[in-house]
Amino acid sequence: MVELLLLPASIRSELPFGYWLHLLIFGLGIITLLLTSVIIFIWLERRLVGRFQLRHGPNRAGPFGLLQSVADVIKILTKEDIIPSRADKLVFWMAPVIAFTPVVLMLGVVPVADGALLADLNIGILFVVAISSVTSLGVFMAGWSSYNKYSLLSAMRTVAQLVSYEMPLILSMVGVVILTGSLSLNEMVKAQSIPFILLQPAGFFIFFTASLAEINRTPFDLLEADSELVAGYNIEYSGMKFATFYLTEYCEAIVLSTLTATLFLGGWQGPWLPPMIWLLLKIGLVFCVIVWIRATLPRLRIDQVMNFAWKFLLPLAILNLLLTSLSVIFWPTAPAWASGLINLSMLAVFILVYSKFFKPGGKTVAV
Amino acid sequence: MGLQIAFWMLSAAAVIAAAGVVWQKNLFRAALLLVVCFLATAGIFVTLSADFLAAAQVIINVGAVAILIIMSIMLTREVTRGSPANRLGVPAFFLTGIVAAAIIFAVFKTSWPLSGDLPAEPTSSALAHLLLGAEGFELVIQMGALLLLATIIGAIVLLKENK
Repeated sequence: MVELLLLPASIRSELPFGYWLHLLIFGLGIITLLLTSVIIFIWLERRLVGRFQLRHGPNRAGPFGLLQSVADVIKILTKEDIIPSRADKLVFWMAPVIAFTPVVLMLGVVPVADGALLADLNIGILFVVAISSVTSLGVFMAGWSSYNKYSLLSAMRTVAQLVSYEMPLILSMVGVVILTGSLSLNEMVKAQSIPFILLQPAGFFIFFTASLAEINRTPFDLLEADSELVAGYNIEYSGMKFATFYLTEYCEAIVLSTLTATLFLGGWQGPWLPPMIWLLLKIGLVFCVIVWIRATLPRLRIDQVMNFAWKFLLPLAILNLLLTSLSVIFWPTAPAWASGLINLSMLAVFILVYSKFFKPGGKTVAV
Repeated sequence: MGLQIAFWMLSAAAVIAAAGVVWQKNLFRAALLLVVCFLATAGIFVTLSADFLAAAQVIINVGAVAILIIMSIMLTREVTRGSPANRLGVPAFFLTGIVAAAIIFAVFKTSWPLSGDLPAEPTSSALAHLLLGAEGFELVIQMGALLLLATIIGAIVLLKENK
């Protein structure tokens, strides 16, 4: 099966039923990989957070607590499924599905090796952006149909956050698109003889921060603030439906790790090891950084979250876009170290200037 | 063949969803049906080899317009019952009837020119030359950008609190 996966697309399409075989292999591969890696990554996150907080983490079920997630899955699947009596049942039932589907679809354009992907769309990155915007619809559906004012308020809050951070996220991707000259993710990976994180450190910073907000991870995890904000839009959900939301959240984390690895860390490229292993290693690395951030940073308040998006990330993203396009037009032969250094110094200057406007412990609260 | 089946199925889905938007009393469900209509239209664009347009359709109409519509629906009073006090049904029926008749008439009267060329592949670079190239519609794009900027500044000025 793995050999079939790594065949060039042109050869595979000449096999009998090559087209359907391709769809079947990649469709099944993506879903299986995503679902199994969610279980593994939940275990990894709990173990890592345990380490960061000087405790053991799950270590009883199976070797190193590996079976803990499996036990949790079985528990949550056998839980009672409660629907509030005044809920809009159809919308309530559909919301987790609408939230989950786009996340899986996003992986369809990510290459695991040269040309080995479900669909090499020439609008690849645009497809990812378009599909990811559907997720906020699922959030809205869940919040509204629960017939609970707290879940509706949380849905509004989450959607506001998602919409605000979408802009710097997309603008930071455009920097990569300009350097590559193509929207296809496969071309982007091939263009990275030097990973784009070295050429576009500011772009990477914007992308990574905005994607943390997009997937509701610390420090933007207002969804998890159950003691302060009565958690999130999924508060009325239980059993399998809640599990689907939880699954969506982890799948989003994995997909965004994949996108970060593909756009900025060179994707499947790397010496010695096979390309797929490189991609998996990079995904794991990015996910570990996300967990590290979760264990380090405190949670932001909603007005701080919004201010950060509109007053800091968006100007920085526009500046980065301007600088990248200028350097591509006027100095296309720039050595890698020079363009990386320019980008990094822009980031440093911007942060320095921006920090002059704010004092820690300042009393201004603008909502 | 497969593309044609997909085209007609998506067209049917779009029409049914659009009809649902009109007939559905529950405003929130009507908005969701509008999203289905938008997505079906994006699918139609895909079957017609306009992949860039399809992605733009999803980004703008599903990601922005639909979210805005739902946000504004949340500000109305009777989300689940529509507006029962409204008495404009009959005038609205006649007005939309006239508009629909005009559109149907125009569609059947126009002689649509068919291009014999194969669809462009990839579409993105051809589109980029058309939109931003020297011989393309660059001026229109710039004017659109200026208009949007003016709108944003206007919105900020309107919303600014008088202190």
